[in-house]
Amino acid sequence: MKPARFDYIRAGAIAEAHAALAKDGDEARIIAGGQSLVPMLSMRMARPAVLIDIMHLPELAKIEVKGNSIRVGAGVRQAELLAWPELAERQPLLAAALPWVGHAQTRSRGTVCGSAAHADPSAEIPLALLALKGSVELSSQLERRRVAAEDFFTGLLSTARNDNELIEAIDIPCRAAGHGYAFREFARRHGDFAIVACAAIARVDGARLAIGGVADVPTARDFLDLDSGVLNDALDEFAVELEPRDDLHATADYRRALVRRLGRATIEEARRCRV
Amino acid sequence: MPRLSADARHRVRFELNGRVVEGDAEPRMLLTDFLRHDLGMTGTHVGCEHGVCGACTVEIDGALARACLTLAVQADGAKIRTVEGLAPAPGRLSVLQESFRRHHALQCGFCTAGILMSLDYYLRHHPSPNEAELRYFLSGHLCRCTGYAPILTAALEAARKLLDAPAHA
Repeated sequence: MKPARFDYIRAGAIAEAHAALAKDGDEARIIAGGQSLVPMLSMRMARPAVLIDIMHLPELAKIEVKGNSIRVGAGVRQAELLAWPELAERQPLLAAALPWVGHAQTRSRGTVCGSAAHADPSAEIPLALLALKGSVELSSQLERRRVAAEDFFTGLLSTARNDNELIEAIDIPCRAAGHGYAFREFARRHGDFAIVACAAIARVDGARLAIGGVADVPTARDFLDLDSGVLNDALDEFAVELEPRDDLHATADYRRALVRRLGRATIEEARRCRV
Repeated sequence: MPRLSADARHRVRFELNGRVVEGDAEPRMLLTDFLRHDLGMTGTHVGCEHGVCGACTVEIDGALARACLTLAVQADGAKIRTVEGLAPAPGRLSVLQESFRRHHALQCGFCTAGILMSLDYYLRHHPSPNEAELRYFLSGHLCRCTGYAPILTAALEAARKLLDAPAHA
């Protein structure tokens, strides 16, 4: 298990990364923490001609509060965001989800934006981004644009990023007054890929539930009627619409049951957390 | 930085356990292989080679890292600690290593280098851990011999000893 050959560029400026992306297009891959990309290289599921390392760009390594959002730069490691003293106050859902990302030994290297870029359907960061209606900031030599999370994740390990674009940051809305947040996940062992992961936001007039690990992309649904019987029916319907499949880790039936039960428990926890 | 060509070997230099070392690596060379094959530092073990088992865990610039998920060229200019850096002197074990020996916290030893690096880091940052915290932290490592119980016992004993006499770390 060794990667195939590639060139390596340690970008000294964002412009250098943009230039390399413009030149090499789909033959180039950005490497940040490498916690998803390096296994893909070693298993030769990815065979880029050039890797562009963006971890030596201080301007990308920032966590900033801008208006009502947290802007997490492409160089910010998952452990850094988790250790950010303002995290639980600014966005409790993110604070609850991050300890489930991989292991301490991979969060210390893996980046927040890298997980969004990789777009694994069971990953916690894309799920939280979608649940919170966050967005992704993309830039290239030609333009800069922002894509809403719901438009960004387009399929299994696929995103709306164009080949010439760099993910510069993700923006995550801060907690809103009167909202409650909760995150739950089920896996065989801690740190395994989630069989089902749930992120819930409770409002005064309903709740939003996002599910990871089931469909090819994290998927969110808003529930307006939280009356017990109505919610159970709505969750049943949601579980079916996600079209779970059987795989080595769980049957489709089991996943549907988890969406119902864990989904409901997560919504209830979020309602209890409303402040 | 210029583009490092895929077909050539490039100079990689970093600080390893307090000493500057260097060698030549193709961009695709993993840090595990660079440590073991080029630098002869075989204490870092290679297990699953895709970041799951934790056997190759080292410290890079003060943070834990899977050496198998790191390219040697990424480590250029970094400060790296490996299991060879744990013992305070030749023929002496660290408090943590000594606890591992006393409690049979290893059998075949394959996973041990990575687990020692993780626990060494953890005990420095969390000097009074409880068992639940250690279990959570150790979820990033696989051991197929011990059942983990002696590893937890050794880690808890090492934590107590380090609190009593931190100078002997």
